[in-house]
Amino acid sequence: MHIPDGYLSPATCGVMYAASAPFWILAVNRVRQVLTHRTVPVLALFSAFIFVLMMFNIPLPGGTTGHAVGGTLLAIVLGPWAAVLGISVALGIQALFFGDGGLITFGANCFNMAVVLPFVGYFIYKMISANSEATSLRRLVGAAVGSYCGIVAAALIAAIEFGIQPALFQAIDGTPLYAPYSLNVAIPTMAIGHMSIAGPVEAIVTGGIFAYLQRTHSSLIKADAPVKKEGKIWLLWGGLAVLALATPIGLLASGTAWGEWGADELKGLGLDFIPQGIEKLTGWWPAPLPDYGFPRMGAVIGYILSAFIGIILIGFIIWLSGRWLSRRNSARQETKTGTMN
Amino acid sequence: MNQEGFLTKTVAGFTSALESVILNEELAHTRGLIQSLDPRVKLFTFVLLVVIVGLARSFWILAVLTILAAALVYLSRISPGFFIKRALIFLPFTAIVALPALFITLGEPCWQINGRVIITLQGAQTAGFLLLRVMDSLSCGMLIILTTPWNSLLSALRWFRLPAVIIDILGMTYRYIFLLLHTTNSMFLARRSRSSGEFSGSENRRWLAHTLASTLAKSQHLSEEVYLAMLARGYQGEIYTINRLQLQNRDYLWTGITVLAAIVLIWSIYR
Repeated sequence: MHIPDGYLSPATCGVMYAASAPFWILAVNRVRQVLTHRTVPVLALFSAFIFVLMMFNIPLPGGTTGHAVGGTLLAIVLGPWAAVLGISVALGIQALFFGDGGLITFGANCFNMAVVLPFVGYFIYKMISANSEATSLRRLVGAAVGSYCGIVAAALIAAIEFGIQPALFQAIDGTPLYAPYSLNVAIPTMAIGHMSIAGPVEAIVTGGIFAYLQRTHSSLIKADAPVKKEGKIWLLWGGLAVLALATPIGLLASGTAWGEWGADELKGLGLDFIPQGIEKLTGWWPAPLPDYGFPRMGAVIGYILSAFIGIILIGFIIWLSGRWLSRRNSARQETKTGTMN
Repeated sequence: MNQEGFLTKTVAGFTSALESVILNEELAHTRGLIQSLDPRVKLFTFVLLVVIVGLARSFWILAVLTILAAALVYLSRISPGFFIKRALIFLPFTAIVALPALFITLGEPCWQINGRVIITLQGAQTAGFLLLRVMDSLSCGMLIILTTPWNSLLSALRWFRLPAVIIDILGMTYRYIFLLLHTTNSMFLARRSRSSGEFSGSENRRWLAHTLASTLAKSQHLSEEVYLAMLARGYQGEIYTINRLQLQNRDYLWTGITVLAAIVLIWSIYR
């Protein structure tokens, strides 16, 4: 997933540096608060470990091999903020010393693999494991599923980054200047590749290591690390707001997202008939905001409003399910479940 | 497939990493054009060159930059074969990525078989842009990597105001990567020397996970010991290094030429 220089326009690279910067600053501050003088040796050793892990060839069923990133694992052991720094350092050495990943795409690569990956992975791990014991099967499942989702999410963000290039940057005659494939090619390609190969590799490695740690070094898995309120969390909400404001970029894409055609658009794709099922199901759910737009409002404003409403709705659902999970857990005293395998 | 294939591949990766480190150090200390420049100047001008490669909108500029890179390789006494092997190792991947663009881009016909358009002019241009741009960027990046010792690169980054804590982490990480590579390599060797017969895929995966997990636990333990060793030597949260960077006349000359070229190129792009 290391994007080399030349795939993204310098402007995109600048934006991605700006997107990663607040995470780096927050991470340095947070990690120094927690680890104080231990920051340098602890992060150095764990970054070195991540670097070595990335070099391992993992055999997959079927004869192929693949590489893992290990971001979710690091987030579980050290916390997501330390993971941001640890993975960034490993990626930095790869780029600056081995030429793997670009110099000006470094910000984008860090955003995908050192920010999105550990946070998504850690969040899902936390959601699934909730307050269960450090050695429970539930935690193991959480680690594997979390790492799978983390890497797929990172791949999707990378796909968006190079999928918007042909629409935004063209020579005068329309020739794409950078990565030539639009979103409707980039997203399915990256999604299929990462859901079928890179994702399983990540889940196998993270799950395998996690299971071993559960048996032999369960102290490394902080089961009841208290969740601290973050003072500068508004910065991240700010980042989310910027992304929401940028949603009208989607309007640039011509045509409909791959696989998201409506019944009327299927005709335009050269399909002579509308599959019966689609015809029947079309319109059974009267969407309150059809096509992310509001009646009597410009497309751009409508898109932005839709993004904010979407964020609030998703946030609310996550908050509700979080409450439900934690209540269920406190109500039921979990007994220790052995996970020896 | 050979059951040990993944092991051989991983060990080969380790070996080539170590090999490239030794070769880099050697190359960085030979007397060549870029080697003689100040690391800060190198970092600034080569990042500038990568940005220009990124901004370029015509084949001419990209082609000129390719020739420039080739000239710099020659003047820095890097063997061309080695440079191509090292810098362009990632290029085949881009070629695979660029290939479909040849056939799926619509436009004027460029190559036809039996009246059917196979490759369009636009498709060839699109693929060509991507390949040339990636090749130029890789060459620029690799030129600075091959001609600069790691420590000088770190002091240059420090000069550009990267926080000291990050520099310290980068420096120590680099050192411990080799220790951990050595450790895991020994674990591979140990396994090979005491096993015979074939292992199933799942056994291999489990064994790899165990190797990595114990390396993780070792790293954690080691970090504690390193910290104590640092404390014992008077560490109070800051690392002091000798900084002997000084700009020479040729540094000013090189920076001047690069910046001027950058201005001319950017002007020609947005004129």
